Amino acid sequence: MSQYRMQIMVCSGTGCSNLNSEAIFDNLQLEIEAFALENEIQVVRTGCFGLCGLGPVVRVMPGEVIYTRVTPDDAAEIVTEHVLKGRKVERLLHKDPVSRKILSTEPELSPFKKQLRIVLRNCGIIDPENIEEAIAANGYEALAKALTELTPDDAIKIIKDSGLRGRGGGGFPTGLKWEIARNNQAEEKYVVCNADEGDPGAFMDRSVLEGDPHAVLEAMAICGYCIGAGKGLIYIRAEYPLAVARLKTAISQAREYGLLGNNIMGTGFNFDIEIKYGAGAFVCGEETALIHSMEGLRGEPTVKPPFPAESGFRGKPTNVNNVETFACISPVILKGADWFRSIGTEKSKGTKVFALAGKINNVGLVEVPMGTTLREVIFEIGGGIRDGKKFKAAQTGGPSGGCLTEKHLDTPIDFDNLVAAGSMMGSGGLIVMDEDDCMVSVAKFFLEFTVEESCGKCSPCRIGNKRLHELLEHITKGKGTPADLDRLRNMSKVIKDTSLCGLGQSSPNPVLSTLDNFIEEYVSHVTVKKCPAGQCRDLMEYFIIEANCVGCTACARVCPVNAITGVRKEPHVINPEICIKCGACKEKCKFDAIIIH
Amino acid sequence: METIKLTIDNRAVEVPRGTTINKAARLLGIEIPVLCYMELKDMNIENKPAGCRICVVEVDGRRNLAPSCATNCEEGMVVRTHTTRVLNARRTVMEFILSDHPKDCLICAKSGTCELQSMAHKLGIREIPGQEIAAMSTYRLDTSPSIIRDLDKCIMCRRCEMMCNEIQTVGALSAVNRGFMSAVAPAFEQNLEHSTCTYCGQCVAVCPTGALTEVDHTPDVLRALADPSKTVIVQTAPAVRAALGEEFGMEPGTLVTGKMVSALRSLGFDYVFDTDFAADLTIMEEGTELLDRLNRHLSGDKTARLPILTSCCPGWVNFFEYYFPDLKDVPSTAKSPQQMFGAIANTYFADKIGVNRKDLVVVSIMPCLAKKYECQRGEFSTDNNPDVDFSISTRELAAFIKQANIDLNNLEDDDFDSPLGESTGAGVIFGTTGGVIEAAVRTAYELQTGKKLERLDFNELRGLEGVREATIDFDGLPIRIGIAHGLGNARKLLDDVRSGKSQFHAIEVMACPGGCIGGGGQPLHHGNSEIIKARVAAIYAEDKKKPLRKSHENPFIIKLYEEFLGSPNSEKAHHLLHTHYFERKKKIVVKH
Repeated sequence: MSQYRMQIMVCSGTGCSNLNSEAIFDNLQLEIEAFALENEIQVVRTGCFGLCGLGPVVRVMPGEVIYTRVTPDDAAEIVTEHVLKGRKVERLLHKDPVSRKILSTEPELSPFKKQLRIVLRNCGIIDPENIEEAIAANGYEALAKALTELTPDDAIKIIKDSGLRGRGGGGFPTGLKWEIARNNQAEEKYVVCNADEGDPGAFMDRSVLEGDPHAVLEAMAICGYCIGAGKGLIYIRAEYPLAVARLKTAISQAREYGLLGNNIMGTGFNFDIEIKYGAGAFVCGEETALIHSMEGLRGEPTVKPPFPAESGFRGKPTNVNNVETFACISPVILKGADWFRSIGTEKSKGTKVFALAGKINNVGLVEVPMGTTLREVIFEIGGGIRDGKKFKAAQTGGPSGGCLTEKHLDTPIDFDNLVAAGSMMGSGGLIVMDEDDCMVSVAKFFLEFTVEESCGKCSPCRIGNKRLHELLEHITKGKGTPADLDRLRNMSKVIKDTSLCGLGQSSPNPVLSTLDNFIEEYVSHVTVKKCPAGQCRDLMEYFIIEANCVGCTACARVCPVNAITGVRKEPHVINPEICIKCGACKEKCKFDAIIIH
Repeated sequence: METIKLTIDNRAVEVPRGTTINKAARLLGIEIPVLCYMELKDMNIENKPAGCRICVVEVDGRRNLAPSCATNCEEGMVVRTHTTRVLNARRTVMEFILSDHPKDCLICAKSGTCELQSMAHKLGIREIPGQEIAAMSTYRLDTSPSIIRDLDKCIMCRRCEMMCNEIQTVGALSAVNRGFMSAVAPAFEQNLEHSTCTYCGQCVAVCPTGALTEVDHTPDVLRALADPSKTVIVQTAPAVRAALGEEFGMEPGTLVTGKMVSALRSLGFDYVFDTDFAADLTIMEEGTELLDRLNRHLSGDKTARLPILTSCCPGWVNFFEYYFPDLKDVPSTAKSPQQMFGAIANTYFADKIGVNRKDLVVVSIMPCLAKKYECQRGEFSTDNNPDVDFSISTRELAAFIKQANIDLNNLEDDDFDSPLGESTGAGVIFGTTGGVIEAAVRTAYELQTGKKLERLDFNELRGLEGVREATIDFDGLPIRIGIAHGLGNARKLLDDVRSGKSQFHAIEVMACPGGCIGGGGQPLHHGNSEIIKARVAAIYAEDKKKPLRKSHENPFIIKLYEEFLGSPNSEKAHHLLHTHYFERKKKIVVKH
């Protein structure tokens, strides 16, 4: 490999690719060639940097200069200014939304502060389509160590001692899971990677697969060695075309290099990996449903036990881990259990990747040590609430998690604390809500998702969630009664208590946690029929303040349903019976005469 | 055997490892209610999706409630079946289920026998909170020649799907859609008629609600009976008399042959005949065909294929026409007893009483829903006049008798009419698995060997094992016999025939588990296999009682050949009593 004096890294994760980062890459390449610098300057496509709200992102090394919201037309300026003259292109640097300070380098950028990247160690740094870059970044070293220096039991012990827990949501100790699979004797066993990430707004697993696919392949092979499996299966949703393409490339390169297939590294260990596609059903993230889907059956969960470790894919012992869990394996093997144990809290070791979304300044992907507080994640890393609004709640754990409030801001985030606070870790989605969000509507929004994604097998989830959603809808329309709140709570509890799988057992969490933390909002909806956040359209009333109205008739003319009447130059009135609450009048009024009750 | 000790509702119980909480509770006399769960004990049929969540119980140390039907007992487990938490959960889940179920119990075909209705009653549900804002999942009604699907009433218990796929391996039904709109339907939500459905009716037999019911032909029968220009005759299948009494509160296994005949006569049928007569006739034709193929085979004729397969079950005929069309020359060409009866009634008997076939209405009472379809098959009619006009099930007959204010319990016994009402014990046992082949053996033995058969009870051919095999000594010639009931079991034997591995000379197949006594048109067993066993016993008891127990000894059969048909497998017999089979392909019809 030749040495370059400078590298220009273009993010080619799904987010930046959709914003045409491919054209930025092409143009940079052309410019570099135009100046005949291709032997000195390397342009690289990498995985996600995590700054998804600022994309497309380009990083220039050395110097760790980050350019944000780059367009293909900016390529020429980056080359002529930064590469040739050594001057940063100021207008492409990120300004802190609060301090308005220009933050040009990676260490300065708030999203990178407090981060510790284990899972995302190579994302945004290596070219995911080049196995040599992965190898240069210690890729497959852990596999080599496991195969040549460790017995399967040794390796499992390291994983167990590290305290690593499954990152898919449940938090089951990974080493223990491997040990159970190892102890179940069978001719055939399987290692399955659960890449059926389905939480709305969550894309941790996708980013890992797009940015560092070899990390997952290597870990699966280690797992195969540990439990005695010769075959790995990656269950990935077909809506992740880029991740699929990179996985395919990575698998064929790994085979070519003898890192997958027969007699890996000459040790006699055989392991190969196949990709299985999912059709995007959320429930297929549940391991038994995932296995049934891979078998060509309807993606429905079945009662556990038997657990997959006893009877999984095709009835054989199967170990299912999530992408992020696998991505932790190699560093643990290489750096040891003690190193991993030193990070995190008492019962939750290591780091966790979160996808920040919602009303937060820095939307994107961050990895922080377990035990980081919500305040640090939202205000320090996430840059605080958008438009200077007030923080209201954060939903963790995706649609089946719960809302955390102001009082939880200083709680260290780990598996157990989140459950204690009425939410869950889930896969790591984190949606931030501000003062304008109506919590009843938020619960309704998440329920809508679970109603859509329920497989329909068990009655509490199939019908109960629908009934919950209907009742929330009823309440947001102002038709609810105080007794409905008791029904909401009872239905939620029963659905949690009786559902077959994790989907139904957690789907009422948004309702229960908003009932617990924002009961006054519910009460307001069902008693005075008002939505404190002003979100529920049916509870709004547009009203003209007589004193402010000059009778210009602008509102009456713009009203699409003729709800506004009045004599010219005299105060007008809105007929609430006719008004459809479209807001056109309020927008048109120049005298602030129209208000919403 | 390793046992486990646990307590349920503060009472200790010891059970073998692998016992579910529900079964352990039953040992203590605690009946935890189940809805989707169904088991036909000793018949290898179990539906355990753990989907309804009605049978949930509280287990100490467990975060959420456990479905007792699918949770195995563990050492030291402490189970509570009626805490406030459990009862509230059970009631709320039931309210959920009922909130998405039509409330037309008064006019539902399953009213009175609906398991959902009884469960609502048992749980004391008196209101459904929030019903006024609750949407219902609705689907279009699907009517096929035998079965009506009203999925608005489907509660996703998945019993039908289990029967259709695991037991019958027909694969016509599976879950479609997801969430609130999920239901059990043919692929692409086509009509059942366009699926590979064999109309065996086992889905109907296990459906707890009114989602799957039979097409009711009693109004047609009533109309025919009321028409003075029609001569209406009825034939009753052997399995009907062993089950009809259940609908009138009698013990399962009570034979009601004589009372049934009285009831039919009271209903106004001009002649009450017995399908058993046609069963004897079937033995003559099928037995002769077997011996013909066997002897040709033994003499080295390569065109004589063995084994021969029985063909009296229309669900089974539909099954091989779909799945084994390449083997369609293997089954016997003999028509089913229902259709043999229809053919003889419309010719021999119609001539005898001087009635034109257009004015003769033939009704059959069958334990079967596939028979409804069978009598509508084009090849079983002459000039658009079907040999059998209407087929009604045991259940429909029971309802019909009740509507006519007839008290079956207090009827005097009566006898079938002559000549098509006379039968032997061999005809009776057609109603149970193994019976057809046993009847065939009784006749074929004597025809083949020319010797009198001393032993008439072939216990080696009886029982409820899914696949059975036996070798019968035909005076030095070993005849290897295979028996399968349930289409999944039949498939196993057919796969062997297809691959050339099969060593049998003859195979009997019945589509329904248990044979016709477990048919889709019988009184509902509600998952109690003791009922099916009692019916089997009743059938063999009736056989034992008969003075004649070999088909070829039936004097009216002998007379029929003398007067009309000539000899078995004669040209006339072939024309009237034999059929041919078709290769069938699925029609994919895109729904609207």
